Amino acid sequence: MTAKTISEKILSAQSGTDARAGDVVVCDVDFILGTDASAPMAIDYFEKMGGTRVRDPKKMFFALDHYSPPVSPATRRFHERVKTFAAQNGILVYDVGEGISHQIAVDRVHVKPGMLVVGADSHTVTCGAMNVFATGIGSSDFAAAMFTGQLWLRVPETIRVVLDGRRPPALAAKDVALAMVAALGADGAEYHTLEFAGPSVRELSFDDRLVLSNLAVEAGAKAAIWETDDVLLEYLKGRGGEIGDPVVSDDGARFARELIIDLASMTPRVARPHQPNDVVRIEELAETRVQMVFIGTCTGGRVTDYHDALEVLERGGGRLAPGVQLVVTPASGDVRRALEADGTLAKLERMGATITTTGCGACCGTSGVIPADGTNVISAANRNFKARMGNATASIYLASPAACAAAALTGRIIDPREVTPK
Amino acid sequence: MMDRFDGRVRRLGDDINTDYIISSARKKDTLDEQKLKAFLLESLDPSFAASVRPRDVLVAGQNFGCGSAMEVAATVIIAAGIPVVVAKSFARSFYRNAINNGLVPVECDTDHFDEGDPISITFDAAGVAVTNPRTTWTQTRPALGGIAGAILDAGGLVPYLRREGRFVLP
Repeated sequence: MTAKTISEKILSAQSGTDARAGDVVVCDVDFILGTDASAPMAIDYFEKMGGTRVRDPKKMFFALDHYSPPVSPATRRFHERVKTFAAQNGILVYDVGEGISHQIAVDRVHVKPGMLVVGADSHTVTCGAMNVFATGIGSSDFAAAMFTGQLWLRVPETIRVVLDGRRPPALAAKDVALAMVAALGADGAEYHTLEFAGPSVRELSFDDRLVLSNLAVEAGAKAAIWETDDVLLEYLKGRGGEIGDPVVSDDGARFARELIIDLASMTPRVARPHQPNDVVRIEELAETRVQMVFIGTCTGGRVTDYHDALEVLERGGGRLAPGVQLVVTPASGDVRRALEADGTLAKLERMGATITTTGCGACCGTSGVIPADGTNVISAANRNFKARMGNATASIYLASPAACAAAALTGRIIDPREVTPK
Repeated sequence: MMDRFDGRVRRLGDDINTDYIISSARKKDTLDEQKLKAFLLESLDPSFAASVRPRDVLVAGQNFGCGSAMEVAATVIIAAGIPVVVAKSFARSFYRNAINNGLVPVECDTDHFDEGDPISITFDAAGVAVTNPRTTWTQTRPALGGIAGAILDAGGLVPYLRREGRFVLP
C-alpha cells in the first residue's frame, strides 16, 4: 500500500477498490442534498429511469432554498412537486425559510467526517470543511443517486493549499478565499480536490473554512477538504454531531501541486464584475459607488458574517449612506434564529436593512431583491457573473461581509479597516 | 452515437458559465427547454438564440459550463438544435450533465476556428477528429471511453440506467 490523499481514501472506501487519482470508480454515496432548483428535473429523470422508490430515503433531504419564498406559479409548483415526492418516499424536507441545503447539512450535522456527499448544487463543496468529500452534481446524477444509491466518479488529483503565517486581526476568510480563487484561476482546480493544510489551518474557524471550501468551486474544484482537528471536533461537539471516520492524507501522498497562502501578508480583496477570479486589492476600487449591498448566501450569510458586518456598521455610526439599500438574507433558519436571539437582526433592521427570507435570496435572481438598472452591487456571495442577480445591467462586486458593511456606510467601496469610530 | 457531424461554428470565449448559457432567473417561469431555448446565451448576446440555425455547433475556449451545476444548461443547448459542444476544456458538472443528456462534448484546441467557419467532426475507432474545412486544420483526440463513453453511447443516463439498472464499469 502506498500513501493516499483524502480523496483517494474516501473514494477507495466507498468503491471497495484501491482507488488512485485518475481511476474511475463506482461509489456508494453516503448522503445526498437536493434543492428546489434541481429536484423537479431530478424527479423527472428518476421516473424516466424507471424509479419508483428512492433507494435510501434516510440518506438525503430536500431544501427549498432557491425559491424562498416561491416567486411565481411555476416555482410554487416545483415546491409542491418536491413535497409530494418526498412524502411518497419518506424523505425529509426543509421548507421555505429553513435555509440553503449545504448550510443545513452542517448546521444539523447530517454529514460527518469521512463521508462521500453529493448535492445537486455546485456549492455542495462547502461541506468539505467537515472532512468529507462533497461535490456538486446535476439533476440527472442526483436522480441516479436516488435510484441506485451510487455514482461513478473519477478520482481527482489533489492540490494542497498550504496556509502559512499569522492571520491579521481584521482579515476575513472571504479575503483569503478570493485571493485563492485568483491564484488558481477560474479553472485552475478543475477536476481537482483542494486539501487545506499547513501551520495556520487553526487560524481559521469552522465558519471560515466553509467560506474557503465554498469559493473553491469558482476555481473549478471538485471537492475542497479540511482535516478533522480540534476546530472541527469542537464544532461537532457543540452541534451534537458524530465524529464519524476522520480521514487524513498519508505522509508521502501524491499531490498535483501546492499553493502556499501567506495569511500574514493578506489584505482585503474584491472580485470585480463579471468574474469571481478577477480579484484586486480593495484600495484599487476606492471611490467606486455602490447602490445595493447584499449580505447573505452560502458564502457570507452565517452568524460570524453578520457579527463582522455589524461591528463595522456600529463602529461607523450605524447609518446607511443615502441611496444605499442593504439586503440581509441569513443562510439558514439556525443562523437566523441565532441572530434573532442575540439581537443582531433587530439592530440591522433598525439601521434600515431589508431582511429577506432565509435561503439563496438575491444571489442568483431566483428570489429576493433584484438590483436596479445600471447599478453597482457589493455582495458577500460567490458569483458575480453578468445578470447573475437577475439584471444584466447591474455590476456585482464580491467582497467580505465587513467590506460590504463599510460600503453600506459610505456608499462606496472602501477598506473596512478605514471605517473610523463615530 | 453519430459517426460524422458537419456544421457551422458559433464562437464563444473562455469561462462561459452556465448562467450565461441560460440565466438562473429564467428558471422561475419554466424548466421546459423548448421554452427556455429562446433565452440561450442571452446575457452575452440577446440576439444569439434567434440566430441559431440547424447544425450550429458551440465552439468555446477553456472551462465551458463553469459555475452552477444546473442541468438546463445542457438541455437548453440540445433543445436549440445543437448536438455538439467543442471546447478547450469543460467544467466537470457541465461535462457530466452533457453526457447524461446525450449532448456530445468534444475537447480540442479551438483557437483554429472563427465565428461562422465550417466544422467537421468524425467519430471512429481512431478517435474524434475535428477539422476546419476552410483552413484544413485538423486535430484528432481520443474518443470518450469508459463509463462516460458508455453513457453517451446509450444516448444519456436515462437510457443507460433503464438498460443496466445500475452503474457498471466497462
